[in-house]
Amino acid sequence: MDFDFSDDQKFLKSEARKFLGAHCPVSAVRAVLDRSEKAYDQDLWKKVTEQGWLGAAIAEEHGGLGLGSVELCVIAEELGRSLAPIPFSSTVYFVAEAIKLAGSEQQKAEWLPRIARGETIGCFATVERPGVMNDAGVQARVEGGNLTGVKLPVTDGDIADIAIVLAKSGGQSGLYLVNLSDSTVGRQTLQTLDPTRSSAKLTFSGTPAELLGEIGEGLSLAEAVMNRAAVFLAFEQVGGADRALEMAKDYALNRYAFGRPIGSYQAIKHKLADIYIKNELARSNAYYGAWALDDGAAELPLAAAAARVSACDAFWFAAKENLQTHGGMGFTWDVDCHLFYRRAQQLGLVAGGAKAWKERLVTQLERRNAA
Amino acid sequence: MDFNDTAEEAAYRSQVRSWLTANAPRKSGRVDSGLEDPASMEEAKAWQRKKAEAGYACVTWPKEWGGGGGASWQSVIFGQEEARHETPGNPFQIGLGMCVPTVMTVGNDADKERFVRPAVRGDEIWCQLFSEPSGGSDVAAARTRAVRDGDDWVINGQKVWTSGAHYSDFGLLLARTDPDVPKHKGMTMFWINMKDAAVEVRPIHQMSGASNFNEVYFTDLRIKDSQRVGGVGEGWRVSLVTLMNERLAIGGGAGGGHRTIFKLAQEISTLAGPAAKDAGLREKIADWFVQAEGLKYTRYRTLTALSRGQVPGPESSIGKVVSAALMQDMANTALELEDQFGIISDPDLAPLAASFQTALLAAPGMRIAGGTDEILRNIIAERVLGLPQDVRLDKDVAFKDIPTGR
Repeated sequence: MDFDFSDDQKFLKSEARKFLGAHCPVSAVRAVLDRSEKAYDQDLWKKVTEQGWLGAAIAEEHGGLGLGSVELCVIAEELGRSLAPIPFSSTVYFVAEAIKLAGSEQQKAEWLPRIARGETIGCFATVERPGVMNDAGVQARVEGGNLTGVKLPVTDGDIADIAIVLAKSGGQSGLYLVNLSDSTVGRQTLQTLDPTRSSAKLTFSGTPAELLGEIGEGLSLAEAVMNRAAVFLAFEQVGGADRALEMAKDYALNRYAFGRPIGSYQAIKHKLADIYIKNELARSNAYYGAWALDDGAAELPLAAAAARVSACDAFWFAAKENLQTHGGMGFTWDVDCHLFYRRAQQLGLVAGGAKAWKERLVTQLERRNAA
Repeated sequence: MDFNDTAEEAAYRSQVRSWLTANAPRKSGRVDSGLEDPASMEEAKAWQRKKAEAGYACVTWPKEWGGGGGASWQSVIFGQEEARHETPGNPFQIGLGMCVPTVMTVGNDADKERFVRPAVRGDEIWCQLFSEPSGGSDVAAARTRAVRDGDDWVINGQKVWTSGAHYSDFGLLLARTDPDVPKHKGMTMFWINMKDAAVEVRPIHQMSGASNFNEVYFTDLRIKDSQRVGGVGEGWRVSLVTLMNERLAIGGGAGGGHRTIFKLAQEISTLAGPAAKDAGLREKIADWFVQAEGLKYTRYRTLTALSRGQVPGPESSIGKVVSAALMQDMANTALELEDQFGIISDPDLAPLAASFQTALLAAPGMRIAGGTDEILRNIIAERVLGLPQDVRLDKDVAFKDIPTGR
């Protein structure tokens, strides 16, 4: 039994925490929050690139570090903890993973090294309207190799160099790789709940699009990519939830009311104990997801759904109750609680909300029970 | 991340497996009677003796005391493998998990010599006499009095919620020896003979119908000063040794409940169609699944620390809070699904042999025994998160002056 990070992975984790402590203080997150023209922290992006993190789980032959998925999970947890305002998840968890999963040798050789070098920012564009991603919701069309349609919201769509787009051709769904520098692409930055992560509406008007994987497999591939992304995102959520708990604890120890620290009242103690319980459950489910992903296990869809559902619950609960613990101060712009409150929603929705994932989970359970 | 055994673990597991295959008792076919009849007790004792002779009872205890002299991970592997067999009930848990380790840590040499080996062999059974009507969560509120009389102590009072008192040979007793000092300072620990005529054991009839606990009354019970475990006035410190041993135990979990409820849902309809397709139920099943799986993998994290020879982190403290509430919530939802039929608890009539009705009646006990939901949350808040202790108005007051209410 070895159900924990290895010593090397723990070392990577502590190095990542130190690095982000130095280069991604909360002031860096606030700089993106407060300046609408600043879509992401370019300095941090450059430094993260120099660390090799973008290519952590990309093979050495494609310019990456050739580490496993678990190492990427370790990094993800620390990025989540520090609320890093960079297009890491879109580029690495979605686009690089999609290319690794479904790309041709040529596509891998073309794009993975650029991603690893930090030259190419990616985004993953699937939805067009409110509600879950499904076949009926895909209106974007590819005809004669050209894409027409609208996608929103697309996280990092306003700053990305390439997009992977879910579209239909001849009535069949496919994933398409699209170069966003083409003049037929329209981009409009959206106002969102979490301005520390940018999002856009992308409009394609006959944009050249290259098939990724097979036609007819678009939806199932998109789900497979989301299964992988869900595990990495779960680690970001666990990192954020742990930090929110620490904030709540620190505040509860130092804020006095009625002559005592508020952390000595059971109303607060039990609230924080409940956050701890959810965080530990989420961490354990995320670990199982990391194992399933790294091992290529057939349980990945179930493990990913469990990691996702548990992490969404934990981060949302930790973020809202951390804010509540801070009382009126928690509701101000100047105290950091709302950064976590916003990010909990961003991460909780970007790969599809928990409600849909619960249904996916139960569907997988039914299959397993029937087998 | 790897669920597989190391080479060393695999070798030990296979050794344990072949021993169990050769020695574990076959299925008796008898429903577990909760050790109430003499035959089941004899089976339990025989199995414990067999394990002790092979070094599998108390795997981690020193060989000189009858243990296996092994590592924590070996104990865990033996437990996993033993669970695959249908072995007799275990009346030894409280003695070997809590009482006897206390004697080993704090007791005198004569007591260690006298008690440890027979307990490991299952020849003698122990119970723990801490909780009282005046204090379950507040153990230090114990009122049972021990009064010094020459070389003896005379004990009067009452304990409650004592598991297994009715079949125990010895008990570890926390008693008040000095009511004039603050409550934590005036207690002393003793061992007593449960078969003494001055000890009366009365079973408690639980709301579930079973009787796993007892009230224990002491009327002028006379014991020797040599039965003291630790110093006079040291009782609280000694009780912490006992309770620490309790917390080292890795609890089981409520797994698989979602499978049972799925089975039920396939046989039942709601107004919107088959219950198995009911969106509300499916969401709940997903929530329960991630809790049960989260607990399972949390235990794996604890086992990993043991396997690596490290001290487990505090994460195992979440187990019972989660599993007890899960059991109650699942049972209630299952009964709602059964609708009017849910009221029937006759196993011949109710779906799935009334397992959810049984769970509903057992769940409140789960949420209370071994630390209530509330006390466990306090423990997580104080010991794991480092939040301040609750304000204790009775801390510096002489015990006899503490307000007691009813």
